[in-house]
Amino acid sequence: MEYIVFYGLATVAVTAALVVVLMNRAIYSALALIVCFGAVAGLFFQLGAQFVAAVQIILYAGAIMVLFLFVIMLLDPQSEKFSPDRLKQVTFLALPFAAFLAFVLVQMIFQWSLGTDGSVVGQTPGSLQMDGNTESLARLLFRDYLLPFEITSILILSAVLGAVVLTRRPE
Amino acid sequence: MIPLTHYLALAAILFVIGTCGVIIRRNVITMFMCIELMLNAVNLTFITFSRFLNQLDGQIFVLFVMTVAAAEAAVGLALIVILSRRAGSLDVDQANTMKW
Repeated sequence: MEYIVFYGLATVAVTAALVVVLMNRAIYSALALIVCFGAVAGLFFQLGAQFVAAVQIILYAGAIMVLFLFVIMLLDPQSEKFSPDRLKQVTFLALPFAAFLAFVLVQMIFQWSLGTDGSVVGQTPGSLQMDGNTESLARLLFRDYLLPFEITSILILSAVLGAVVLTRRPE
Repeated sequence: MIPLTHYLALAAILFVIGTCGVIIRRNVITMFMCIELMLNAVNLTFITFSRFLNQLDGQIFVLFVMTVAAAEAAVGLALIVILSRRAGSLDVDQANTMKW
Protein backbone atom coordinates (compact mmCIF):
# COMPACT_ATOMS: atom_id res chain seq x y z
CA MET A 1 0.00 0.00 0.00
CA GLU A 2 2.77 2.41 0.97
CA TYR A 3 4.63 1.51 -2.16
CA ILE A 4 1.57 2.08 -4.33
CA VAL A 5 1.11 5.55 -2.84
CA PHE A 6 4.80 6.36 -3.17
CA TYR A 7 5.14 5.22 -6.75
CA GLY A 8 1.87 6.83 -7.73
CA LEU A 9 2.92 10.18 -6.31
CA ALA A 10 6.44 9.80 -7.71
CA THR A 11 5.10 9.09 -11.20
CA VAL A 12 2.79 12.08 -11.03
CA ALA A 13 5.62 14.32 -9.78
CA VAL A 14 8.12 13.25 -12.45
CA THR A 15 5.55 13.42 -15.25
CA ALA A 16 4.44 16.87 -14.16
CA ALA A 17 8.06 18.00 -13.95
CA LEU A 18 8.67 16.77 -17.49
CA VAL A 19 5.56 18.61 -18.65
CA VAL A 20 6.90 21.78 -16.98
CA VAL A 21 10.09 21.52 -18.97
CA LEU A 22 8.67 20.41 -22.29
CA MET A 23 5.50 22.48 -22.69
CA ASN A 24 5.71 25.37 -25.10
CA ARG A 25 3.33 27.71 -23.35
CA ALA A 26 4.32 29.07 -19.95
CA ILE A 27 0.76 28.77 -18.67
CA TYR A 28 0.73 24.99 -19.14
CA SER A 29 4.10 24.77 -17.40
CA ALA A 30 2.72 26.70 -14.45
CA LEU A 31 -0.32 24.43 -14.16
CA ALA A 32 1.87 21.33 -14.36
CA LEU A 33 4.13 22.78 -11.70
CA ILE A 34 1.14 23.07 -9.37
CA VAL A 35 0.43 19.36 -9.93
CA CYS A 36 4.08 18.57 -9.19
CA PHE A 37 4.00 20.56 -5.95
CA GLY A 38 0.81 18.77 -4.96
CA ALA A 39 2.41 15.36 -5.52
CA VAL A 40 5.49 16.35 -3.53
CA ALA A 41 3.20 17.61 -0.76
CA GLY A 42 1.66 14.15 -0.70
CA LEU A 43 5.14 12.68 -0.28
CA PHE A 44 5.79 15.08 2.60
CA PHE A 45 2.59 13.83 4.17
CA GLN A 46 3.73 10.26 3.75
CA LEU A 47 7.02 11.16 5.41
CA GLY A 48 5.19 12.36 8.48
CA ALA A 49 5.69 16.08 7.82
CA GLN A 50 2.03 17.08 7.83
CA PHE A 51 2.61 20.71 8.68
CA VAL A 52 5.19 21.17 5.95
CA ALA A 53 2.86 19.45 3.49
CA ALA A 54 0.11 21.92 4.34
CA VAL A 55 2.53 24.84 4.05
CA GLN A 56 3.72 23.49 0.71
CA ILE A 57 0.17 23.52 -0.64
CA ILE A 58 -0.70 26.93 0.83
CA LEU A 59 2.55 28.73 0.09
CA TYR A 60 3.91 27.08 -3.04
CA ALA A 61 0.86 25.80 -4.89
CA GLY A 62 -1.16 28.71 -3.57
CA ALA A 63 0.75 31.93 -3.16
CA ILE A 64 3.81 31.53 -5.35
CA MET A 65 2.03 29.91 -8.28
CA VAL A 66 -0.71 32.52 -8.19
CA LEU A 67 2.05 35.11 -8.44
CA PHE A 68 3.46 33.24 -11.43
CA LEU A 69 0.06 33.02 -13.10
CA PHE A 70 -0.47 36.74 -12.51
CA VAL A 71 2.78 37.60 -14.24
CA ILE A 72 2.12 35.18 -17.09
CA MET A 73 -1.31 36.69 -17.64
CA LEU A 74 0.07 40.21 -17.26
CA LEU A 75 2.82 39.77 -19.80
CA ASP A 76 0.87 37.44 -22.07
CA PRO A 77 4.00 35.92 -23.54
CA GLN A 78 3.71 34.63 -27.02
CA SER A 79 4.30 30.93 -26.93
CA GLU A 80 8.02 30.61 -27.13
CA LYS A 81 8.97 29.42 -30.58
CA PHE A 82 11.24 26.48 -30.25
CA SER A 83 13.60 27.04 -33.10
CA PRO A 84 14.77 23.54 -33.95
CA ASP A 85 18.41 24.41 -34.52
CA ARG A 86 18.74 26.02 -31.09
CA LEU A 87 16.93 23.13 -29.47
CA LYS A 88 19.19 20.57 -31.07
CA GLN A 89 22.29 22.57 -30.27
CA VAL A 90 21.43 23.11 -26.62
CA THR A 91 19.99 19.66 -26.00
CA PHE A 92 23.24 18.29 -27.32
CA LEU A 93 24.94 19.96 -24.39
CA ALA A 94 22.16 19.51 -21.86
CA LEU A 95 21.72 15.76 -22.12
CA PRO A 96 25.32 14.76 -21.32
CA PHE A 97 25.31 17.27 -18.52
CA ALA A 98 22.09 15.87 -17.14
CA ALA A 99 23.43 12.34 -17.40
CA PHE A 100 26.58 13.36 -15.56
CA LEU A 101 24.65 15.14 -12.84
CA ALA A 102 22.32 12.18 -12.41
CA PHE A 103 25.32 9.87 -12.18
CA VAL A 104 26.96 11.97 -9.48
CA LEU A 105 23.75 12.25 -7.49
CA VAL A 106 23.03 8.53 -7.66
CA GLN A 107 26.60 7.81 -6.65
CA MET A 108 26.17 10.07 -3.66
CA ILE A 109 22.84 8.53 -2.72
CA PHE A 110 24.27 5.04 -2.68
CA GLN A 111 27.23 6.10 -0.63
CA TRP A 112 24.87 7.62 1.89
CA SER A 113 22.50 4.74 2.13
CA LEU A 114 25.21 2.11 2.33
CA GLY A 115 26.37 4.15 5.25
CA THR A 116 29.97 5.15 5.76
CA ASP A 117 28.68 5.68 9.26
CA GLY A 118 25.64 3.50 9.11
CA SER A 119 24.69 4.33 12.65
CA VAL A 120 23.49 7.75 11.55
CA VAL A 121 21.42 6.90 8.49
CA GLY A 122 19.66 3.64 8.99
CA GLN A 123 17.21 2.12 6.55
CA THR A 124 14.54 2.08 9.19
CA PRO A 125 13.08 5.43 10.18
CA GLY A 126 12.73 6.39 13.77
CA SER A 127 9.26 7.07 14.97
CA LEU A 128 8.62 10.78 15.01
CA GLN A 129 6.11 11.82 17.57
CA MET A 130 3.32 11.96 15.04
CA ASP A 131 0.72 13.52 17.28
CA GLY A 132 2.68 16.57 18.31
CA ASN A 133 4.41 17.21 15.01
CA THR A 134 3.30 20.80 14.57
CA GLU A 135 3.75 21.50 18.23
CA SER A 136 7.30 20.19 18.38
CA LEU A 137 8.08 21.97 15.11
CA ALA A 138 6.85 25.25 16.56
CA ARG A 139 8.81 24.69 19.74
CA LEU A 140 11.97 24.11 17.72
CA LEU A 141 11.31 27.06 15.41
CA PHE A 142 10.59 29.59 18.11
CA ARG A 143 13.26 28.45 20.54
CA ASP A 144 16.33 27.09 18.77
CA TYR A 145 15.80 28.85 15.45
CA LEU A 146 14.39 32.11 16.73
CA LEU A 147 17.13 34.33 15.35
CA PRO A 148 16.97 32.94 11.78
CA PHE A 149 13.20 33.23 12.01
CA GLU A 150 13.41 36.90 12.92
CA ILE A 151 15.98 37.54 10.21
CA THR A 152 13.51 36.01 7.75
CA SER A 153 11.14 38.87 8.45
CA ILE A 154 13.81 41.35 7.37
CA LEU A 155 14.36 39.30 4.22
CA ILE A 156 10.68 39.38 3.38
CA LEU A 157 10.45 43.08 4.09
CA SER A 158 13.35 43.83 1.77
CA ALA A 159 11.86 41.53 -0.88
CA VAL A 160 8.55 43.39 -0.73
CA LEU A 161 10.28 46.76 -0.91
CA GLY A 162 12.43 45.53 -3.78
CA ALA A 163 9.45 44.28 -5.75
CA VAL A 164 7.57 47.54 -5.24
CA VAL A 165 10.53 49.73 -6.18
CA LEU A 166 11.48 47.62 -9.18
CA THR A 167 8.06 47.51 -10.79
CA ARG A 168 7.30 51.21 -10.25
CA ARG A 169 6.92 52.96 -13.55
CA PRO A 170 9.49 55.68 -14.16
CA GLU A 171 7.93 59.10 -13.99
CA MET B 1 8.47 1.50 4.98
CA ILE B 2 9.94 2.74 1.76
CA PRO B 3 13.75 2.82 1.87
CA LEU B 4 15.66 6.05 1.98
CA THR B 5 17.20 5.61 -1.46
CA HIS B 6 13.82 5.71 -3.20
CA TYR B 7 13.05 9.16 -1.88
CA LEU B 8 16.54 10.42 -2.60
CA ALA B 9 16.46 9.03 -6.12
CA LEU B 10 13.12 10.73 -6.77
CA ALA B 11 14.50 14.02 -5.46
CA ALA B 12 17.58 13.62 -7.66
CA ILE B 13 15.40 12.95 -10.72
CA LEU B 14 13.31 16.04 -10.04
CA PHE B 15 16.45 18.12 -9.53
CA VAL B 16 18.00 16.93 -12.79
CA ILE B 17 14.77 17.62 -14.69
CA GLY B 18 14.79 21.14 -13.26
CA THR B 19 18.43 21.66 -14.23
CA CYS B 20 17.74 20.45 -17.75
CA GLY B 21 14.83 22.84 -17.97
CA VAL B 22 17.03 25.78 -17.02
CA ILE B 23 19.53 24.77 -19.71
CA ILE B 24 17.11 23.96 -22.51
CA ARG B 25 14.39 26.55 -22.13
CA ARG B 26 14.85 30.16 -23.19
CA ASN B 27 11.66 31.60 -21.76
CA VAL B 28 12.55 33.46 -18.56
CA ILE B 29 9.36 32.50 -16.74
CA THR B 30 9.74 28.81 -17.55
CA MET B 31 13.36 28.89 -16.43
CA PHE B 32 12.24 30.46 -13.19
CA MET B 33 9.67 27.73 -12.70
CA CYS B 34 12.39 25.14 -13.25
CA ILE B 35 14.39 26.78 -10.45
CA GLU B 36 11.37 26.40 -8.18
CA LEU B 37 11.27 22.76 -9.21
CA MET B 38 14.88 22.32 -8.13
CA LEU B 39 14.20 24.01 -4.79
CA ASN B 40 11.30 21.63 -4.30
CA ALA B 41 13.51 18.62 -4.98
CA VAL B 42 15.93 19.85 -2.33
CA ASN B 43 13.02 20.27 0.08
CA LEU B 44 12.07 16.67 -0.52
CA THR B 45 15.61 15.63 0.38
CA PHE B 46 15.48 17.69 3.56
CA ILE B 47 12.19 16.14 4.65
CA THR B 48 13.43 12.65 3.83
CA PHE B 49 16.54 13.04 5.94
CA SER B 50 14.53 14.67 8.70
CA ARG B 51 12.35 11.56 8.76
CA PHE B 52 15.14 9.03 8.58
CA LEU B 53 17.40 10.79 11.06
CA ASN B 54 14.45 11.32 13.36
CA GLN B 55 15.20 15.02 13.72
CA LEU B 56 12.87 17.90 13.05
CA ASP B 57 15.59 20.34 12.01
CA GLY B 58 15.18 19.37 8.37
CA GLN B 59 11.57 20.48 8.41
CA ILE B 60 12.58 23.84 9.88
CA PHE B 61 15.04 24.27 7.05
CA VAL B 62 12.33 23.46 4.54
CA LEU B 63 10.25 26.25 6.01
CA PHE B 64 13.18 28.62 5.58
CA VAL B 65 13.77 27.46 2.01
CA MET B 66 10.10 28.08 1.25
CA THR B 67 10.33 31.59 2.70
CA VAL B 68 13.39 32.37 0.63
CA ALA B 69 11.66 30.92 -2.44
CA ALA B 70 8.69 33.20 -1.85
CA ALA B 71 10.93 36.25 -1.52
CA GLU B 72 12.86 35.14 -4.58
CA ALA B 73 9.65 34.74 -6.55
CA ALA B 74 8.51 38.24 -5.61
CA VAL B 75 11.78 39.92 -6.62
CA GLY B 76 12.40 37.65 -9.60
CA LEU B 77 8.98 38.21 -11.10
CA ALA B 78 9.41 41.95 -10.62
CA LEU B 79 12.66 41.69 -12.55
CA ILE B 80 10.93 39.66 -15.25
CA VAL B 81 8.26 42.34 -15.59
CA ILE B 82 10.96 44.99 -16.04
CA LEU B 83 12.84 42.81 -18.50
CA SER B 84 9.81 42.31 -20.66
CA ARG B 85 9.07 46.04 -20.50
CA ARG B 86 12.60 47.00 -21.53
CA ALA B 87 13.44 44.24 -24.00
CA GLY B 88 9.91 43.62 -25.20
CA SER B 89 10.45 39.90 -25.01
CA LEU B 90 10.84 37.12 -22.49
CA ASP B 91 13.62 35.42 -24.40
CA VAL B 92 16.78 35.42 -22.33
CA ASP B 93 18.92 35.37 -25.45
CA GLN B 94 17.64 38.82 -26.34
CA ALA B 95 18.70 40.21 -22.97
CA ASN B 96 22.37 40.25 -23.87
CA THR B 97 23.37 43.81 -23.09
CA MET B 98 25.80 42.75 -20.40
CA LYS B 99 27.33 40.00 -22.50
CA TRP B 100 30.61 40.81 -24.14
